[in-house]
Amino acid sequence: MIGEIRMRVTKDGADTKILAMVTHPMETGRRKDSKTKELIPAHHIEKFEFAINGKTIASANLGAAVSKNPMVGIKIKQVNSGDKLTISWTDNKGEQGSADKTI
Amino acid sequence: MNTMKRRTFLKGALASGIVVAAAGAGLLHPTEVLAAAYPKKAFGDTDVNKTLTALFGSSKHSPSDKIIIDAPVQAENATVVPITVSTSLKADTIAVLALKNPGVLTSSIDLPGAIGFYSVRIKMGESSDVLVVVKSGDKLYSAKRLVKVTVGGCGG
Repeated sequence: MIGEIRMRVTKDGADTKILAMVTHPMETGRRKDSKTKELIPAHHIEKFEFAINGKTIASANLGAAVSKNPMVGIKIKQVNSGDKLTISWTDNKGEQGSADKTI
Repeated sequence: MNTMKRRTFLKGALASGIVVAAAGAGLLHPTEVLAAAYPKKAFGDTDVNKTLTALFGSSKHSPSDKIIIDAPVQAENATVVPITVSTSLKADTIAVLALKNPGVLTSSIDLPGAIGFYSVRIKMGESSDVLVVVKSGDKLYSAKRLVKVTVGGCGG
């Protein structure tokens, strides 16, 4: 199912690592359907954003060469228990989604 | 919530018009504008310098040993090549380029509130250098790493 979001927050030494994955086909537009032999249109996430308590901390720009079901990792200095982590994405077809997690 | 996201996205798309003009003037983009707009023009080009200019307003980068690229020496699966970038530089933006891909820019990340770290999984068409460019203030720094792949990654 496109747009299912999973997040993992872990301590990495003094820093905090945030890993997020969104299910998405990330079609490049160069692949042919094995049955119809037609090119499958490009369909990939463009913006992939991380926010804490509503403030954007990281904003990734993904191209079609990012692997299917993109998994993106960032690190921040500190999170506090009770902080709200939001992952949001938009794709080249205008589809979008987001999910929250309380740390 | 959805309406707000669409408006923010549209604001970013409108802002990109100004960003392209700034690129023409050879100026590096201010971080706030970059964080909003998707740099569509930077994707799909095989020319590294044109790609960097579209993304950062400049293609001049200096190698830095403060950028560490963690990547497989030999990737078993060319459609899922894990790349991890760590840098002690104050990174505003990190870009990952696969130099033999049909569009060299795989992705970039703006880091208004996160430290110099970015991990992503990419498709590689063939064995090539992976070039990482970090924008720190007004300067671009880079590091390169050869990644070999066993099978073509574009599914063709």
